Amino acid sequence: MKTKSNDRVLLIALAVALAAAPAVAPQTPAASNKAVHRSHVAQHIGVPKMPRYLFENFTTANGLPDNHVFAVLVDGERIWAGTENGLAVYENHIWKVYTTNDGLAHRAVISLALDKRTGDVWAGTMGGLSRISAGRIESFTQLNSGLSNDVVYGVSVEGEHVWVATAAGACSYNVRTGQWQLFNERNTPMLEIWVYGVSAAADKVYFAVWGSGLLELDQTTGRWDKYEDPDGETELVLFKDQGLIHEIVSSVSYVDKIVWASTYFGDSRYDGRYWHNFLTKDSGLPSNFTLFVKGVDANRAWFCTDKGLAYYDGVNWAVYRPSLADGKPEMTVRDANGQVTSVPVTTAPAHNYILGIDFAGSDIWVATAKGLSHGIYQSSTTSIANKEK
Amino acid sequence: MSQRIQTAAGTGLTALAVALLAVALWTDRPVRASEADAVDYASPLEVLFSPNGSRIYVLCQQSDEVRVLNASTYAPVATISVGHLPRGMALSTAGDRLFVTNSWDDTLSVIDTARLAVVATFDVGAEPSGVVADRSGKHLFVANRISNDIAVLDAHSGAEEKRLLGGRGVSYLTISPDGKRIYATHIYPNPTPHRTAPESEISVIDAARTVVLERIPLHSIAGVFHTAFSADGAIGAAAAYHPKNLVPLAHLEHSGAFAYTLVLFGPAIGQPVEIPLDELERYASQPFGVAITTDKSRIYVTAGGSECVIAIDLARLLRFLHSHPRPASGSFASYLSASANYVIARIPVGHNPRGVALSRDGARLLVANRLEDTLSIIDTRTNRVTRTVALGETRVVSAMRRGEQTFYTAGQSFQGQIGCASCHIDSTFDGITWQLEPSGFGRDIVDNKMLENIKDTEPYKWNGGNPDIPTECGPRTEKYFWRSEQYDNLTLADLAVYIRSLPPRPNRWRLANGELSPAQERGKAIFERSVDKFKKPIPEYNRCAYCHSGPKGTNQKLFDVGTRKPTDNTGLLKAAMLTNIALTAPYLHDGSAPTLEEIWTVYNPDDKHGRTNDLTKDELNDLIEYLRMR
Repeated sequence: MKTKSNDRVLLIALAVALAAAPAVAPQTPAASNKAVHRSHVAQHIGVPKMPRYLFENFTTANGLPDNHVFAVLVDGERIWAGTENGLAVYENHIWKVYTTNDGLAHRAVISLALDKRTGDVWAGTMGGLSRISAGRIESFTQLNSGLSNDVVYGVSVEGEHVWVATAAGACSYNVRTGQWQLFNERNTPMLEIWVYGVSAAADKVYFAVWGSGLLELDQTTGRWDKYEDPDGETELVLFKDQGLIHEIVSSVSYVDKIVWASTYFGDSRYDGRYWHNFLTKDSGLPSNFTLFVKGVDANRAWFCTDKGLAYYDGVNWAVYRPSLADGKPEMTVRDANGQVTSVPVTTAPAHNYILGIDFAGSDIWVATAKGLSHGIYQSSTTSIANKEK
Repeated sequence: MSQRIQTAAGTGLTALAVALLAVALWTDRPVRASEADAVDYASPLEVLFSPNGSRIYVLCQQSDEVRVLNASTYAPVATISVGHLPRGMALSTAGDRLFVTNSWDDTLSVIDTARLAVVATFDVGAEPSGVVADRSGKHLFVANRISNDIAVLDAHSGAEEKRLLGGRGVSYLTISPDGKRIYATHIYPNPTPHRTAPESEISVIDAARTVVLERIPLHSIAGVFHTAFSADGAIGAAAAYHPKNLVPLAHLEHSGAFAYTLVLFGPAIGQPVEIPLDELERYASQPFGVAITTDKSRIYVTAGGSECVIAIDLARLLRFLHSHPRPASGSFASYLSASANYVIARIPVGHNPRGVALSRDGARLLVANRLEDTLSIIDTRTNRVTRTVALGETRVVSAMRRGEQTFYTAGQSFQGQIGCASCHIDSTFDGITWQLEPSGFGRDIVDNKMLENIKDTEPYKWNGGNPDIPTECGPRTEKYFWRSEQYDNLTLADLAVYIRSLPPRPNRWRLANGELSPAQERGKAIFERSVDKFKKPIPEYNRCAYCHSGPKGTNQKLFDVGTRKPTDNTGLLKAAMLTNIALTAPYLHDGSAPTLEEIWTVYNPDDKHGRTNDLTKDELNDLIEYLRMR
């Protein structure tokens, strides 16, 4: 299938429709196939021990302002949740909600980032970028500031710069000088200007561009590089592991000099020289339609898909979700040989449509289309003591 | 005969001159110098005792010095040159280092108090003001007035580790008695929607974690200055301006333009509460320095515009608070008779009293009289000035100094309510909009302008109604603002001399090498263009560079740029100066544009305020980058 420009409108519509989140994701052929290969032995010798969690789920019933949670951010003892109806922060077992009445740029908060030096939280919304600093909110919009566009899909803080991914290009804001710098088709190799994600480190900044691949800005040289699908605008993978898996990049995470990129048609890992791609057919990914990725380190990453949450430890995979068939809690483990094993669990994330994740020590916090989930770590031989990046 | 007469006359004149000189030298009255006289003043702004109480450090703003005095005799010990326009100082815990911020140099001087010499100079942020050292000796915190942040520096190397968001114009820092918290106040209000009450805050910083923990909201308060704590940390008190800018300023005799207040907070207070310092017919204009005695018996507050120190009986104040239901707003600011319950003295001191310091035993209060070059020594048992210490030899008062004294005093106004400096804080602006004229509530709203560099940019006022500074500052001010007697000609002339002398501060957006950044270059091209992006000529009157021409960015003419509101009496407005325009938000004549961007993204739909609607977002950003460096 070619991804022609006019087809993109349909894909956008699809994405929007998916973001609206079905109550239960439909059973798909891919999911059925996986079930065929799955071993129903709960535990047996040789099954890799992947992290197990007890999921505690939050919804409007226990304090969330909205069940549609786009993003989650762990800030020490505080958990921030970007929802469709405000920014919620959980502290001392109490939810506090910031709304537009408090100065939030828009009710729908779709991305979050923490300035670890200052404790300020940056929230990308459907109507601008907000800075939450010890309770005070400053909001930047395309009308009142140099922000390139009000739809802020992604935000990342590195040093004195806030990097912003928007629906009309990317930009950076220098918190010391107040200066904005815009990046778009005029000064970068960005063909499309729908920037869905950004991940910044001291050396490089990566931009996930919907329909234009992955962009890399070398902060030392100021040079831009572009990574595209070597198969062109096709979903057929003609050249496995020879480049980015697809042009429609939904998210990027740059950790330990490794790039993890999610697309609507599979995921990629790039170490600066070699690519390693992940598809449902040859990995433990529950779906190729991946909305968000977050690397733990150079070898481990979490993938947020429309059919569950996946963890990759460099060799093995684990998937956490309510069953696509009956909604019951489900955890599966896939080893290096492709053997899939069911692990008995009593809880699962609030929904299988996963939109975001962050780490709190060994615990995880998961944003889903129908609530926020706290994965309380139970046991594993593999520590996921996550590096704070 | 004729010769003798002439000789006699000459001898007589000489004798008269000598006699006049003698009178001038011996009288207590200062001598007035002409405008041309260049007089070097010290202008003491802040004062500190050394930890062992043996020395006094006096920060002298105009002479760029710290003067060191013997704390017993007040005799000079040393004079230490620092950077330009020092504004804040603090001692290390051990007292071995004195840190001084140099506000126009963007540096911090580190003084070795044993050698009494500057041993290091650190680069800091834009217009550093307040400074404190944490108790561990690890970090310095510096409030940067222009960049609205608090820099955290390594105390030894001066390396900046990070910046914390402060309030707008963050300027004063105080460390709590236990050393755990740092309290930051700011002199301009945080942005709020147009024509709503100002909002300010006290930012509370965790000294160990170096993060902002919370922000104490201060509703309806526009400027907050020094904070002091009781020794047990139970009570904090911050000096504040509470403007009444939503009603006509010309109604001075009805409601007042300001309440000058103290904000009290801390465990012994509970929810922060604002109490007035003003009396029914006598205001405490421009409160600045605050001190609380170790025994918690008194709070002292300098009132820079009232030339006095307000003494508060703290026990009576607490009784007042406990016996009066707190207003829902948390403010007693409108309760003008409240102060009779706790203000026990107004102690006259010198011109423009600012910083204060209490001796270790609490017996002496030092007051820095900025526009008199003196320190007042107050006996806290009697609440009387026991001695006035002159910091310099000169007793000459120049026209400029006299004008500055007039600018800061509230003595000219009805009940001593306001001086020029009430709204033009530190001779700048206040970041809020006012209704100046008595033309009906809600009419003719105007943004307060910065005064720096206004020399030779007449006419003045947004509508260009005043042809020169004496008219602007004379009859108009006296009639509408002061509600008082007219200035005499000499006073008005001196005031004009002072205002015309105000230089522009260094522009922080200009590159050090004097060149333009690439974005500024692109913005300059847009500013100067005569053809739009569609190759269509832009009429001369609609080009940025036509109205905003010349070094100050104004051709001093009136234009209708399409910004007239239903509440305005005219749409013809004088082209605004561009000098340091990045600092002076909000924008447009009525302050309706909170940011530079909104001048064009919101208030220029018909391209009457320059041809801008053909610009892309990045081009508009470039234009703004250029304007910021003007």
